[in-house]
Amino acid sequence: MSEVKTPMASKSPPPERPSWMDRVTGVGTSVGRSLLLPTLALITALIIGGFIIALSDIDSLKLLFSEPATAISQMWNEVLAAYKALFQGSVGSINAISETLFAATPLLLAGLGIAVGFRAGLFNIGAQGQMLIGGLIATYVGLYLNLPAILHIPLTLAGGLAGGMLWGGFAGLLKAKTGAHEVITTIMLNFIALFFMQWVLTTSGIQDPGRNNPVSAALPESAQLPKLFGSQYRVTIGFLIAIAAVFVVQWLLYRSSIGFEFRAVGSNPEAGRYAGMNVAVVVTLAMAIAGGLAGIAGANQVMGLEPYKATPSLAGFVGFDAITVALLGRSNPIGVMWAAILFGALSAGGREMQGAAQVPIDLVVVLQALIVIFVAAPGLIRAIWRVKADDGETVTQVSTGWGS
Amino acid sequence: MALVLEGITKRFPGVLANDNVSLSVAPGEVIALLGENGAGKSTLMNVLYGLYTPDEGTITIDGEQVVLGSTADAIANGIGMVHQHFMLVPVFTVTENVVLGEEPTGFGGVIDRERARSTVVDISERYNLRIEPDALIENLSVGVQQRVEIIKVLNREARFVVFDEPTAVLTPQEVDEFFGIVKGLKDDGKGIVFITHKLGEAIEVADRIVVMRGGKVVGEALPGDVTQQDLANMMVGRPVDLTVAKQPATPTEMVLEISDLVVLDERNVKAVNGVSFKVHKGEIVGIAGVQGNGQTELIEGITGLRPVLSGSVMLGEVDITDSPPRELHQLGVSHIPEDRQGSGLVLDFTVAENMILDSYYARPFSRGVLMDWDVTKEMAERLVEQYDVRTPGIDVAVSTLSGGNQQKVIVAREFERKVELVIAAQPTRGIDVGSIEYIHSQIVARRDAGAAVLVVSSELDEILALADRILVLYHGQIAGEFAPDAAVTDIGLAMLGSTG
Repeated sequence: MSEVKTPMASKSPPPERPSWMDRVTGVGTSVGRSLLLPTLALITALIIGGFIIALSDIDSLKLLFSEPATAISQMWNEVLAAYKALFQGSVGSINAISETLFAATPLLLAGLGIAVGFRAGLFNIGAQGQMLIGGLIATYVGLYLNLPAILHIPLTLAGGLAGGMLWGGFAGLLKAKTGAHEVITTIMLNFIALFFMQWVLTTSGIQDPGRNNPVSAALPESAQLPKLFGSQYRVTIGFLIAIAAVFVVQWLLYRSSIGFEFRAVGSNPEAGRYAGMNVAVVVTLAMAIAGGLAGIAGANQVMGLEPYKATPSLAGFVGFDAITVALLGRSNPIGVMWAAILFGALSAGGREMQGAAQVPIDLVVVLQALIVIFVAAPGLIRAIWRVKADDGETVTQVSTGWGS
Repeated sequence: MALVLEGITKRFPGVLANDNVSLSVAPGEVIALLGENGAGKSTLMNVLYGLYTPDEGTITIDGEQVVLGSTADAIANGIGMVHQHFMLVPVFTVTENVVLGEEPTGFGGVIDRERARSTVVDISERYNLRIEPDALIENLSVGVQQRVEIIKVLNREARFVVFDEPTAVLTPQEVDEFFGIVKGLKDDGKGIVFITHKLGEAIEVADRIVVMRGGKVVGEALPGDVTQQDLANMMVGRPVDLTVAKQPATPTEMVLEISDLVVLDERNVKAVNGVSFKVHKGEIVGIAGVQGNGQTELIEGITGLRPVLSGSVMLGEVDITDSPPRELHQLGVSHIPEDRQGSGLVLDFTVAENMILDSYYARPFSRGVLMDWDVTKEMAERLVEQYDVRTPGIDVAVSTLSGGNQQKVIVAREFERKVELVIAAQPTRGIDVGSIEYIHSQIVARRDAGAAVLVVSSELDEILALADRILVLYHGQIAGEFAPDAAVTDIGLAMLGSTG
């Protein structure tokens, strides 16, 4: 195949003006192009999901042979009702949008952390634990400092950042110094964080007085994240912080020499070493930054939702869903942002779908899985939708690496 | 009674890889298919082996048209292929690898190991392919692994055998043995296509030489009628300078001094065992030797990439023993690594990014941690022009470039600053003639500009062409020092460890 890729010897026509995105990132990436396949993947997943909804309707299925027309129209209505609810629940009202962004916030922060790891060649399974430790330190800062909100909120978030950096950086240090694989160490650190939380939240300095299960006291109002759309909607300025993080990570990866090292070592550590990069430092730093982003997500889970208390389950499944989000966004910060919002929308809309159309929320998980499968197998989507591969674009691009 | 490809055309998006190519091989004939990387040789052979379907053209065997839709079709039609990168299972034995895919089975589907083993023994005796049928592949040298591949092909009763760059990975002795094997196959009536870009080999082994360029057959010749120069001109499409034009060296002060250097390899064996030599300003010292005699460890020891057990490395007055690569970079040491894709480039990175891979951390490419892409791109544009890197642009991934152009990216990066010492390991391995010519001239230009140059190569021709002084490395020690006009046989003997 090498001969195929060999570029023409002659100079190509002058390249078109770089898009604003290229100018921000400093690299030539075609955003329109990279959105096409995920969009088609979403549509395909929705179509298949429609069949699943239709086929799970036993009453209509029974009619399929005796009265096919009725059966099909019933099924069609069922699918329509479900997707209408999914749509309404995710973007159909201000409250729906608020719920979507609310669910997207921690996914986006933790997903960015995973993406940074991927770019540096690290598979960080530890966002879950990093969120817990980040949430814990943020809780201490929130409970023990007595400051006006303008200082208290940033410091509490910084506590989350520090906690996550510590937990992620430790896994990075283990890899750099001993070669221990980060997949193993981060999984183990997840367990340590979880059980540590279960114990530490029962100690007297932090436990909610009068409780005997592991729950912290509520954060004072000065450490709570203000609501974004007014007090009746749940989304907080945490979402804006997450969006800011998108641009910080974008800058870090493509505009800073640190990101240059991350990407070089992530793609070819041996070349990085030959070029004089300190691979051990890069690995430790990348894991620390990855953990720090997850740590902010953890802080958000305490500071950004009622009742503003830390529990051992504050991370929910966010730390793991974030891996999917990072993969779906192809470890590109902007891509991760859209993936997180999509997953937020699916989870907000899924609740509405369950309530209004009686379609179990589990279907949302099926949809998420289908989307990821299609994104991971671009050849399939190309075949279904007859999209030609770009010249010079390798067909396996999306799925070969971990999120790159 | 032959294999004939007629009018083969194969298009890829934006590339006409094969343009109306015709080629024929008769039984007992050796065809050398000569061409630079990207000339369309591999595409043509992949068409022949059923991996690509041609857009136009026909393939006939013994006058009968065949359609080769898969490798299975090709094998069924008696076509065998020995790939450049071997397709062997390292933890299996020779016998297991040979029969893999069509194991002789006995009662109940149990593999008949005795029969499999005797098949291997038969073939190896018949073609004089010395081999231990029960050895594990991972314990065999590259040359012997190649023999296993050949036996595999013969076991499938191939009548036509395609070798894709078979000598690229072999030591000079193994190359000689390989030519013996080819002769044996030819005498047995096999038709052979031998893909190469090495001119000498084509002349030595072929009955007929077919030259490809830009997807077309541009010439055919009989080995007796042409010189290497003729073939090189045909391959490149313009007169090429095969000899490196250079004035005698005028060495002045000492730049690099290696004393009693001992370096361990991965298995903790002393791969470099007490090496001492000096390189002066204005001279090229060439280190010859068969691959695997400590070259890699020597270079990595000098450049701070592998810890030194004992001995010292001095750069002028500065002790650089075990100094990290960045420090050497700042002291004006250029290093062209032997493994271009493994350690010289980040293949996913753009041409521009690779141009600053070791200088990104300081001005003018970055201030603090802020990268300055404008300066980088400007420089990359200039270097692409200046070093004749053939690329559609500086923003394409370097992986899309040909090997020669990838190497030019490295050379541009390493030579584009004040250089005191150049360390070039296998600087032209596996690249096209045009690029070799260019890179050699650049190395000589660096010498003439006052750098000390150390070239390490397992291609003796390259050492002879470049070096002002030749050292031979054998088993981790210097086995001899020669002037560039020394007898090749003497150098060859030293490379084999004979002190004679």
